[in-house]
Amino acid sequence: PFKRYVEIGRVALVNYGKDYGKLVVIVDVIDQNRALVDAPDMVRTQMNFKRLSLTDITIDIKRVPKKKTLIAAMEAADVKNKWENSSWGRKLIVQKRRASLNDFDRFKLMLAKIKRAGLVKQELAKLKKQTTA
Amino acid sequence: MVTYKFHQYQVVGRALPSETDEHPKIYRMKLWATNEVRAKSKFWYFLRKLKKVKKSNGQMLAINEIFEKSPTKIKNYGIWLRYQSRTGYHNMYKEYRDTTLNGAVEQMYTEMASRHRVRHHCIQIIKTATIPAKLCKRESTKQFHNSKIKFPLVHRTVRPPTRKLKTTYKASRPNLFM
Repeated sequence: PFKRYVEIGRVALVNYGKDYGKLVVIVDVIDQNRALVDAPDMVRTQMNFKRLSLTDITIDIKRVPKKKTLIAAMEAADVKNKWENSSWGRKLIVQKRRASLNDFDRFKLMLAKIKRAGLVKQELAKLKKQTTA
Repeated sequence: MVTYKFHQYQVVGRALPSETDEHPKIYRMKLWATNEVRAKSKFWYFLRKLKKVKKSNGQMLAINEIFEKSPTKIKNYGIWLRYQSRTGYHNMYKEYRDTTLNGAVEQMYTEMASRHRVRHHCIQIIKTATIPAKLCKRESTKQFHNSKIKFPLVHRTVRPPTRKLKTTYKASRPNLFM
């Protein structure tokens, strides 16, 4: 029934608070509600599980590794690429891109959408003609 | 955790020198208080109970805050305390798992308030210590002494990432499966 477990080496996404949006690794469990959490660009801190969303990615580490071993293990498990190719990761990238568009980009987007809709309508018209004919 | 309510202070004081006693004994205490002023007051409270000296005939020599040496290491803290309940004074020993001693002390105060309805001014901390894993007595701390610990998060509450995005009404029922 459960597929994503809190375990040492589980990669999680921070979904609340100062480090929102960061991918962190659960490095140790403090008690029922908190975990020691680490990422290559932050100091090792404790975080409540309520602030974490577990992902499917795990890496192979022992309890509380040094920063260097953590980074090496993350490279070995290729966390960055796995995340960016997963559907969840791709959705987040698209969201970020959409939020960072400037007005010219939105204009270009509008033109592209109109063009795509036009092509779809052309194909639809062709198919309609075939079925009526 | 970033801000702790209780800070640990080292307070050093002695009685004022008099004709009978040129060099009175200096006493040092480590205690927990929310700020320095309260720490000094607590110091005199405890010293009055142990020696014949009061704030009016004593002097504070030093007060320093003690910071956690290794705030990224998880430790098992044992806290011995004496608290006043509605019927009398009792001693207690409690264990907590935390990264810092201040965090464990804060956990202790909140737990005593919730479990025994003891307010923080009725609690005196006798002793605190970091306990190695094999000497822990409580099952609730010993269950985390597992290097291959693994458990699922059973109930997922979906929260908006900031309180600004909170809405009273939602369009659909939330999915609580992780």
